[in-house]
Amino acid sequence: MTLNRRDFLKVVGGASSLALAGCAAQAPAVSSGSAAEIMPKTGRRVVVVGGGYGGTIAAKYVRMMDKSIEVVLIERNDHFVSCPFSNLYLGGLLPDLSSLTIKYDKLIANHGIKFVQAEVTGIDPAAHVVITDKGRLKYDRLIISPGIDFRTEEIKGYDAKTPEIMPHAWKAGPQTVLLRKQLEAMKDGGTVVISVPLAPFRCPPGPYERASMIAWYLKHNKPNSKVIILDANPDLVSKGALFRKGWDMHYKNIIDYRKAAKVTEIDVGKKAVLIEGLDEVRGDVVNLIPPQRAADIAVKADLVGDDKRWCPIDANTFESKKHKDIHVIGDASIAGAMPKSGYSANSEAKVCATNVVRLMNGQPVMSLSGINTCYSYIAKGEAISVAAVYAVKDGAIIAVPNSGGVSPADWSQAKTEAIYAESWLKNILTEMSS
Amino acid sequence: MKHRWKYAVAAYAITISAAALAVEPDAAMLSNACAGCHGTYGGSAGPSMPSLAGHSKTAIVEAMKKFKSGERPSSIMGRLAKGYTDQQIELMGEYFSKQKIHFTNQKVDLAKAKRGAELQEEHCSRCHLDDGKEGKDDTPVMASQWLPYLQMQMELYQTGKRKMPERMAEKVKPLSPADIEALLHFYAGVNK
Ligand SMILES: Cc1cc2nc3c(=O)[nH]c(=O)nc-3n(C[C@H](O)[C@H](O)[C@H](O)COP(=O)(O)OP(=O)(O)OC[C@H]3O[C@@H](n4cnc5c(N)ncnc54)[C@H](O)[C@@H]3O)c2cc1C
Ligand code: HEC
Ligand code: HEC
Repeated sequence: MTLNRRDFLKVVGGASSLALAGCAAQAPAVSSGSAAEIMPKTGRRVVVVGGGYGGTIAAKYVRMMDKSIEVVLIERNDHFVSCPFSNLYLGGLLPDLSSLTIKYDKLIANHGIKFVQAEVTGIDPAAHVVITDKGRLKYDRLIISPGIDFRTEEIKGYDAKTPEIMPHAWKAGPQTVLLRKQLEAMKDGGTVVISVPLAPFRCPPGPYERASMIAWYLKHNKPNSKVIILDANPDLVSKGALFRKGWDMHYKNIIDYRKAAKVTEIDVGKKAVLIEGLDEVRGDVVNLIPPQRAADIAVKADLVGDDKRWCPIDANTFESKKHKDIHVIGDASIAGAMPKSGYSANSEAKVCATNVVRLMNGQPVMSLSGINTCYSYIAKGEAISVAAVYAVKDGAIIAVPNSGGVSPADWSQAKTEAIYAESWLKNILTEMSS
Repeated sequence: MKHRWKYAVAAYAITISAAALAVEPDAAMLSNACAGCHGTYGGSAGPSMPSLAGHSKTAIVEAMKKFKSGERPSSIMGRLAKGYTDQQIELMGEYFSKQKIHFTNQKVDLAKAKRGAELQEEHCSRCHLDDGKEGKDDTPVMASQWLPYLQMQMELYQTGKRKMPERMAEKVKPLSPADIEALLHFYAGVNK
């Protein structure tokens, strides 16, 4: 089931629904930068851009903390597919992506959030206006959690059609399905190349979990095949010792890990990647994960810093250092010690929502307290994790000393963690969708 | 150049004073961060992650302190509990104790649950009060707790990895594995 116009009408109700339904229903009839106002602002309003790990939670928690503030959530799709656990689908441990897909109907009904399905094309910080392909929306404060886009210009030979041949599958959905289909179609004895970009990127342990899950699939279905990891980084970016141990235990003759191997050029026709433009590596399946930056809208709205990649923010409020009254959370932000993960985005969203509400009510800012945990599967029924608690010190987000860390090296918790990891996914997706 | 320098100093001063003025994290700020695993307000969607909603303050505080010291074994809570001061743990204990118990509709074996109901009265009700909806002192809420969680914790007790309260051990030891299993089905099935 997908949200339709009637659902919007039902949920939104009242006079504003007419304007909303009118715009939301007429697909892209209105050109980008439309002057039409979608819902005239009457009271105090927070607009949230992005219905993923960060945005859903920010919208929900603002409403949980202050019902007198109107919240409008803008998202380009009518559903969201979770990247977490999409590697299990690639490994054949999930039949499809349905258990990773959430809809917004319950969330918006339970919390009285107004939902607009639209593409945000610009932000006018001075006028406090969000511009979408369906019209404009005014805000008092804006929270954006738009995730990532790719710096494909750094890979010679990459064009708009490349992901159809060399999928990144770094945004879950059709790309993930395509990569899975390629794995299924590959002959036994084939080679899968996974190209890992320089950090920082979305989900530091993600590429290594992916390699593990693909290796799991190959081991049980195409045992003569190989996975070559070309990692642009000097070594594994996350949980290195644990991944190596897991690979030693399970995939000794399958995974070939190569560090400091940065892909700078590709030959799509030959299904080849070139390391530093020299050494050619060919794959039957090439999972090319390009280098990353904050999503297009963050760049367009001039929210990225001097690096032109990520958004500098205040450590407690997540208010942009570039534009007042705009808060950036999730992967797009520079959140100090907090990594670019779904759990971080969830935690940041709550801190940001707390302080947005406090600022709107004239209360002093509250210091951040946050958590991150990333579970990674090594094999069916075996997972490892990294966890940390965060606080703010001297204006920067730091991991609380003498806490957190990775799973024990003796593998004693791997089975238990695989069980709890499933519950983690269920709980975090339930938080986002209800 | 001169102007830009002045501006930078002004902006810096504002940032510093804002950070300096920030108040300490309150109970909700601290506890919200737990909800990504334990569910909004500490009500877990399952199937194995425990709910925290409605536990007494003492139960949460004691569990956290035991995780922190390593006295209670854990897959992840030990690493997280070390990130909080005792005072912050008290705040979170209070927060979760104020939430309503999260009743679930999980599947349990009705025959086992029925047998468990009989055993509860005689063996466990001294501390697991009111069908497990309340707990004496540091006894956690059992009603509607997720069955796989209760089974995993009981296994930790039985294998000696988690230390059972002495008085509880006296009651648990004489019971057969089938009796224990029945009790856990009973608790998991209490949903009102
Ligand atoms: C393979 C893989 C595995 C992972 N595993 C884990 C894991 O186990 N645990 C973990 O914690 N994290 C994991 N992650 C990381 C996690 O997916 C991200 O960190 C998280 O999604 C970030 O949340 P976000 O809100 O910043 O972005 P997203 O969740 O991507 O949400 C962004 C939303 O904004 C919308 N949007 C963007 N631009 C616009 C626009 N202009 N107009 C309208 N809508 C827009 C998008 O459609 C999207 O719905 C994994 C990632 C990958 C790739
Ligand atoms: C990454 C997921 C995760 C996060 C985040 C998390 N927990 Fe837990 N919690 C668990 C798991 C798993 C257990 C079971 C023990 C174990 O194996 O670690 C547990 C058990 C508990 C228990 C024992 C419950 C009982 O009935 O005995 C308490 C209390 C608890 N957590 C409190 C917290 C608090 C407070 C926070 C936030 C500061 C928190 N947890 C954050 C996963 C998590
Ligand atoms: C004397 C009091 C007492 C009695 C009697 C008692 N318990 Fe407990 N129970 C406790 C306390 C206290 C805890 C938490 C202590 C700890 O391990 O930190 C607990 C914890 C548990 C847990 C783990 C729950 C969790 O959330 O982690 C289970 C399961 C349990 N008891 C089962 C039983 C059963 C079954 C009986 C009856 C046969 C029983 N208990 C009798 C006091 C008691």
